[in-house]
Amino acid sequence: MKFEYHVEGGDFLNAGNASGNIKKVLKKLNVDTGVLKRVVVALYEAEVNIVAHAYRGTITADISPKKIEIVLDDEGPGIPDIGLAMQQGYSTASTKVREMGFGAGMGLPNIKANVDDMKIETEVGKGTKLTLSFNLG
Amino acid sequence: MKISEIVKLLDAKVVCGEEFADREIERAFASDLMSDVLTTPFDNGILITGLANPQSVRTADMMDVSAILLARRKKATEEMISLAKENDAVIIECPLSVFHISGILYSHGLQPVY
Repeated sequence: MKFEYHVEGGDFLNAGNASGNIKKVLKKLNVDTGVLKRVVVALYEAEVNIVAHAYRGTITADISPKKIEIVLDDEGPGIPDIGLAMQQGYSTASTKVREMGFGAGMGLPNIKANVDDMKIETEVGKGTKLTLSFNLG
Repeated sequence: MKISEIVKLLDAKVVCGEEFADREIERAFASDLMSDVLTTPFDNGILITGLANPQSVRTADMMDVSAILLARRKKATEEMISLAKENDAVIIECPLSVFHISGILYSHGLQPVY
């Protein structure tokens, strides 16, 4: 089962729409509540990252009986130093992002804490592709 | 503690989800930083915050939090109310500070998350 959502950079009003929709789908599919919580927390943080840092992006969720794989592919500035970005408390977020209750340098570490596997591919000046995997059953 | 009791104790106002006044709340968490809320499981709890924008409602939904209590005279925006309606969430407005609200609710038995 595959779902695709478009995310616009800077659109804080709709930040979380995709995560909210995917949560509804996973609930309907009776996905284990522990896994469901990990998926929505990681996905929501990652969706907010696109809105906060990129120009636009797509979120693709692929749900199979054994695994949930979510790919967040954005066109944006990319991440110059992944090690630094993964460090808790390090942030390049704007004032606007902070006003929205984010931007404290907790996003990527929080995503990592909730996934079974995470892959970051990034190119400065082009964008970032984040692949999040969750095992089922 | 029922949502209706919280509202009464604080002399607060429910601006969305009045029909859920009987919901039982066990724990509360207070934060303006949604990333902190996202690291703190408190299902069926209440989020006390000064963050009056859709992200507080969205974060509450992600965490299965039953109610959002807006402190410091913050008002719920139309977008917040419409999103809360979609998610069956309760929004309460209260003129008191987060510290004051927390003190009242704690002294009446509402539990912290940790």
